[in-house]
Amino acid sequence: MTRACALRAEEVSYEVEQGRALIKEVTLQARPGETVGIVGPNGSGKTTLLRCVYGTLRPTRGRILLDGDDGAALSAKARARKVAVVPQDGGGGFGLTARQVVAMGRSPHKRFWEGDTARDAAQVAEALERAGAAPLATRPFESLSGGERQRILVARALVQDPGLLALDEPTNHLDVRYQWELLTLVRDLPATGLLALHDLNLAAYFCDRLHVLDAGRTVASGPPAEVLTEELLARVYGVRAEVRVHPRTGAPTVVYLPPDLEDVHR
Amino acid sequence: MPRTSPLRRTLVCAALTAVLLAGAVAGLALGSARIPVGEVLAALTGRSGPSPFTTIVLDVRLPRVLLAAVVGAGLALVGTVLQALVRNPVADPYLLGISSGASTGAALVVVFGIGAVSMPAGAFAGAMAALLVVYAMARRGGTMTTGRLVLAGVAVQYVLSALTSLVLVTSSEKEHLRTLLFWTLGGLGQARWDTLALPALVLLAGLVLLLALARPLDLLLAGEEGATTLGLDVGRFRAAAFVLASLVTAVLVTVSGSIGFVGLMVPHAARMVVGAAHRALLPVAALGGAAFLVLADLAARTVAAPQEIPVGVLTALTGGPFFLWLLRRSQRGEGVWA
Repeated sequence: MTRACALRAEEVSYEVEQGRALIKEVTLQARPGETVGIVGPNGSGKTTLLRCVYGTLRPTRGRILLDGDDGAALSAKARARKVAVVPQDGGGGFGLTARQVVAMGRSPHKRFWEGDTARDAAQVAEALERAGAAPLATRPFESLSGGERQRILVARALVQDPGLLALDEPTNHLDVRYQWELLTLVRDLPATGLLALHDLNLAAYFCDRLHVLDAGRTVASGPPAEVLTEELLARVYGVRAEVRVHPRTGAPTVVYLPPDLEDVHR
Repeated sequence: MPRTSPLRRTLVCAALTAVLLAGAVAGLALGSARIPVGEVLAALTGRSGPSPFTTIVLDVRLPRVLLAAVVGAGLALVGTVLQALVRNPVADPYLLGISSGASTGAALVVVFGIGAVSMPAGAFAGAMAALLVVYAMARRGGTMTTGRLVLAGVAVQYVLSALTSLVLVTSSEKEHLRTLLFWTLGGLGQARWDTLALPALVLLAGLVLLLALARPLDLLLAGEEGATTLGLDVGRFRAAAFVLASLVTAVLVTVSGSIGFVGLMVPHAARMVVGAAHRALLPVAALGGAAFLVLADLAARTVAAPQEIPVGVLTALTGGPFFLWLLRRSQRGEGVWA
């Protein structure tokens, strides 16, 4: 198993054209093994930040450090050995079976002409099992539903044996049970986890720290209990909410309120 | 048996080899003069003395059958690679204008005799240029749609065909008109032992290289971003694959003209039979392409005998409807990857 990776983003900006930045001077840190959530409204730059981290976008300013090495200086292969990605939008595997898509995750550990060994096959089978996708193995990838594809892509990331796992809205297509299974799996992996999440309650429960983006800038960063406040939800999302620490989970829990609901004393 | 099982792949390869060999023997026996199969085999094994049959089999028909196999296999391989590169099953060296580019490049060399540049080198430059232009046009704005890819291919094909015609028709040499017809229609009538070596060599090298590249070709199916996060330097690999596809196409066009649709139909059929993983797909596509073109050329020589039909006409007659069917499926958003 690869050692968990230390991630540091230093004042990272990504500008699409002169002056228009999708993210601006974002600084973020994840210690080895931590699970860090990126939250924020639509268009706040969560995906852009993730892409900069996993290297399909190159920051126009600032840099990404993976175990202290500048991410931009790594080859695609060296980076893929460190960072695995579960993309938001299915990616693809046109005409391949689910198992073949998962097996692609072994690629960064191979010379390009090498075939898959029995050990690779065993790793693929184990990852399919852990992602709850074993019965899907022989199905054509494109015949799968959104949630099933998601689980296949999680299995692909697992066989990549990464030090850092980046997931973009991993719970999007999943029903409640799989959301919990997936996030439990990610949290319990030795790898560092970096997740863009929409569901604030899931983020609060599963993440060690949250990083809140709004219009490409960091507006808060810290443990969920410090970050998720009623004031922040009103300012960033424009919603009225009540945040309480749940007596049994110990995690902050958000309940959204209709704007016209009358105030009651607490 | 699951599509991806190794046993199935072996059986399919064995069956295709049998079809290829049977087609080859038929190709040697049938034609303007019918030669008994016994005589054919005797000639092949060197057990017959010098006779007109031996000459026809060994010096006329054998190089032609071999060329058909080489060209068919090569076109199917290039089609397979192009389909992975553009992630679209509607790709073929002919449809994407690469064959036209090769013809234009070759025609410029033939007519103007540019320095010491050989015809295959001119064809290669033309093929590469056409492929780059089509790719850049189809990708403008980031995403590549089937419609834009096909339009770009057709547009480039038209311009280049017109250019080839212009160059060859205005040339003072009468011979160039025949050359134009040959390149445009595509045929195997110019097969000779001494024109066989280069395409055979390029095909063999291409096949070995592509089999070694099966993994990165699979990664391309995950899309540009997916392939990058799985460790592939997409830009560099794509450039290498473009060069290889252009090279094979160029060499094939100089010996057989523009034979269309083989590179479209065969990889698609092969994918239906053994799945999309390239380690299985490439050999099946190559064997299938070889068998298909050997049989198509046999038909081209015999159906209207003694008149010979250019084999490119036959492949277009079968491939055109197939292409329309594929387009319809892709527009309905049905799984076009079989």
